[in-house]
Amino acid sequence: MDYNFNFAAVWRDFDLLMSGLGLGLILAVISIAIGCFIGLLAAFGMLSKNRAIRWVSAGYVSAIRNTPILVLILFTFFALPQLGIRFGKIESFIVTLSVYSGAYLTEVFRAGLIALPTGLREAGLSIGLTEFGTKLNLIIPVMFRNVLPSLSNNFISLFKDTSLAAAIAVPELTFYARKINVETFRVIETWMIASLMYVLACYVIAAVLRQVETRLAIPR
Amino acid sequence: MEIVRAFDAIWAARWPILDGIANTLLISGLSILFGTALGVGVGLLLSYGGRIVRFFVRVYSDFLRGTPVFVLILACFYILSVIGLQLTAFQAGIFALMLFCSSHVGEIVRGALQAIPPGQTEAAKSIGLTFRTTFFSVLLPQALRQILPTWVNTATEIVKASTLLSIIGVVELLLSVQQVISRTYLSLELYFFAGFVFFLINFVIEKAGRIVERKIAIPT
Amino acid sequence: MSSPVLEIVDLHKRFGALEVLKGINLTMHQGDVVSLIGSSGSGKTTLLRCVNLLEEYEDGVVAVAGEQIGYTKKNGKRVRLSEREIARQRAMTGMAFQHFNLFPHMTAMHNVMLGLIKTRRMKKDEAHSVAEKWLERVGMLARRDHYPGQLSGGQQQRVAIARAIAMNPQLMLFDEVTSALDPELVNEVLSVVRDLAKDGMTMLLVTHEMQFAHDVSSKVIFMDDGRIGEEGPPDQLFRQPKSERLAAFLKSSKFS
Repeated sequence: MDYNFNFAAVWRDFDLLMSGLGLGLILAVISIAIGCFIGLLAAFGMLSKNRAIRWVSAGYVSAIRNTPILVLILFTFFALPQLGIRFGKIESFIVTLSVYSGAYLTEVFRAGLIALPTGLREAGLSIGLTEFGTKLNLIIPVMFRNVLPSLSNNFISLFKDTSLAAAIAVPELTFYARKINVETFRVIETWMIASLMYVLACYVIAAVLRQVETRLAIPR
Repeated sequence: MEIVRAFDAIWAARWPILDGIANTLLISGLSILFGTALGVGVGLLLSYGGRIVRFFVRVYSDFLRGTPVFVLILACFYILSVIGLQLTAFQAGIFALMLFCSSHVGEIVRGALQAIPPGQTEAAKSIGLTFRTTFFSVLLPQALRQILPTWVNTATEIVKASTLLSIIGVVELLLSVQQVISRTYLSLELYFFAGFVFFLINFVIEKAGRIVERKIAIPT
Repeated sequence: MSSPVLEIVDLHKRFGALEVLKGINLTMHQGDVVSLIGSSGSGKTTLLRCVNLLEEYEDGVVAVAGEQIGYTKKNGKRVRLSEREIARQRAMTGMAFQHFNLFPHMTAMHNVMLGLIKTRRMKKDEAHSVAEKWLERVGMLARRDHYPGQLSGGQQQRVAIARAIAMNPQLMLFDEVTSALDPELVNEVLSVVRDLAKDGMTMLLVTHEMQFAHDVSSKVIFMDDGRIGEEGPPDQLFRQPKSERLAAFLKSSKFS
């Protein structure tokens, strides 16, 4: 193999790659925040007494989880405008990723809700909280803390999924890596640096989230 | 009627689409097959390897799991060709998915072996079993039951990830449908159709997994 | 005379086909301490839980301070009250649970304060001082910043009692508050309950501690298969049981 390494050629565009990494992180943070909201609603939906609500929630989770995210991304960006629903690239991707993460978080939250002792709700009711007040003050905060580790894992895989935003030309890390790849032909260097950046970012995110988990954990 | 036009378009392109479905199944199947074989090795090395071996296998696994599949596919596609391996996009894609699958299966296997209480190994030793017999008669049968559900999940992940090969030009299901879209502009109906077929494939895999799971469950 | 604190008239409750309460009548006045005893499955815990509607009941009336709990009559039909009304009614009674059910993500102090702020609409400062007073009463003030997971079972139960009593309920419900505790922790909780009885708190208890029931109660009720098997002052019930069933029960629970 006669390949001459030239990292300098890629290094020149390192700040582009970094800005792409930053955008990926922002996309993941916004999407998981919206996804948490959707997931919470759908999780309560799946445990609802109303059959129709249960059915809709379960259908949403099953449909999204079994469909490739690339199809969802393309559907939102290219197909929804046919119905008059039009977003910019970034907004479109955020919508997709939020709905996508919402389905996964529904499962996480549902498991968390089922695992809570029934006494928690009863104790809340016994001091005169309404069902809604019990959910808001007790059920959700306790469940949320219990599922933090799964939430962290979900965030990390969501962050990796932001690489797919490149498919609709959102300028994140993978998008710039492809661009640099084409412009410089420094193929090995580009993809080594790009994947290393993802791997290191995942490590750092995981370490930070573990700190957050211990900070937020219920003391015992 | 757009819907009728969409059905007509799908029917007209039934052979290319069926080829696409066949390709998706072939890509997924081969990646899962090779990836699982490699992954079992990874898992065993992570569990029973010496310190140095464990370190390198850990780096391998963490690197692959920290890199988005999409980046992995692009990296394999571009890098393998410049280092002189003349692989088609199809082959490079399967190679990338296989690596991805192997790291996940590796973690699943390691986790399952670790989850078996140490008392099992001790009990096996105490009745005089060798490591080989202990592993094949005591540990593996228990681990397999734990592996199955997550492994099925990984399989559906691979099927979904196989859509990413469309971006490097492999005509699998998604790209075959996109080719119809580029002729007919029926993006809404056809993306929906593509999503639905993927949903069906994964739904069948999940159901099959559930059935096998129930068959081999240890009665309690 | 003012209406009784608790009035239960012909209460029926079923779980599916199984009738667990078959017509219970009970009246409690200010300062009464009533203990429910009986074997498991006799309906005593269910009876207690009907009082704050943690269990729905199908027939009869449960009234606290003259107000029917959970239901009202509309055009001769029995309808369930609104969620908000029921929440308000539940706050008229306080409950201590077998498994304490403290809020795991809040300190002892905040456990007590939550109901005061959210239900009693107290300002934070006021809630804080009320909570302080009651934590002091149950001997838990020193541990006010501890989380439930950092407290022993007995300590958790004392905080749980403070949480309920701080709401200034008209009636306290105790559901086997010592049966999840290690034996050496039982007394610290019982002495808190005893003190409350001495102060004139109206209390309805489910308990397996026969000696305690004997000492603290103004009236003891022996529940038997969803009915009141026997009731009366503790001395009469424990010393001269009229029925075979009660005698056998007392013997099995080793009351001396």
